[in-house]
Amino acid sequence: MSYITIFIAAIFVNNIVLSQFLGICPFLGVSKKISTASGMGCAVMFVMTLSAVVTHLIYHRILVPLDLIYMQTVVFVLVIAALVQVVEIVLKKSAPSLYQALGIFLPLITTNCAVLGVAILAIQKEYGLFSAICYNLANAIGFTLAIVLFAGQRERLERAGVPECLKGAPIALITAGLLSMAFMGLK
Amino acid sequence: MNKTSKENLTRGIIRENPIFVMMLGMCPTLGVTTSAINGLGMGLATLFVLMLSNMLISSVKKLIPDTVRIPCYIVIIATCVTTIDMLMAAFVPSLYAALGIYIPLIVVNCIILGRAEGFASKNNVFQSLLDAIGMGVGFALSLTALGLVREILGSYSAFGYSFAGAESYPLLLFIMPPGAFLALAGLMLVFNKLKGQKQ
Repeated sequence: MSYITIFIAAIFVNNIVLSQFLGICPFLGVSKKISTASGMGCAVMFVMTLSAVVTHLIYHRILVPLDLIYMQTVVFVLVIAALVQVVEIVLKKSAPSLYQALGIFLPLITTNCAVLGVAILAIQKEYGLFSAICYNLANAIGFTLAIVLFAGQRERLERAGVPECLKGAPIALITAGLLSMAFMGLK
Repeated sequence: MNKTSKENLTRGIIRENPIFVMMLGMCPTLGVTTSAINGLGMGLATLFVLMLSNMLISSVKKLIPDTVRIPCYIVIIATCVTTIDMLMAAFVPSLYAALGIYIPLIVVNCIILGRAEGFASKNNVFQSLLDAIGMGVGFALSLTALGLVREILGSYSAFGYSFAGAESYPLLLFIMPPGAFLALAGLMLVFNKLKGQKQ
């Protein structure tokens, strides 16, 4: 039951992009087409779920016993950056087709604050290992949902007549605002 | 002060403003600006981290091998952020609580790594410091402006001073998440319009 609550809360009620403002850079940057947006979403899902396991184990097995909690930010950033590299190498050897699909999106994830943010939030909420995995996976699904919906709207906007001074960033932000309003209705 | 120094100092404030022109560091921009004070606090925290990291990176740039420079920069930045995080927890606990998760997330703010890679790794310590001050002040000003707009519309107050009676109905939407997007879109619209007129 509580796992279902975690999923519903993270995907719809407290959507990571639209109500917690994490991962806005890829949300605005790689959302011009539905295909690239879903590719980014898959890559984030992959890395975020893996990072749940790794950061949880590092925090509870290494940092807490050694009394090094203040090193959390430094360690997590490095671990996530290393994880992205490892995932990239492993995928290249073992699943070339998946690597080609995710390829260009993987390096971009290192600068995605959603991954680090969710890892820190999962620690703050004091989840157990399995709940932390569910929480991260749910947030990644929420990210994918938001970015794919947003990309769909932007594809339509391409063909609409937008006033000159609204072109580019402002109209994208207004669209995101409306989407965020829709998600607020689920609270 | 010679011409290049002046140029490095003022560039970040309007012409290459990190938020309105380069669209960097969007997460804290939208997340913490529910009031002008929060925006200013976040802006100052980022300014200090940027100054520290730009100076450190520029002073050790010759020691870092080119192939591993990004991980090295990240460690330096993360160290600066941890320092600021602890200082804020000790001296401004209420602001620290309001900014929450966004303080450790200064590490992944694209502005800081962007200035490290794009400026501090090529220039001397003094010029890097000037660049950091310019970019940091530009970021802090934009954040304060956005926070002020949202606070005025969303709670009828400015910097914590309320100017409406008890029976007022402010536009609550503007301190909620959708308001962040709409307010930033509005400010960007004004910025683009003014820039268009100037050209």
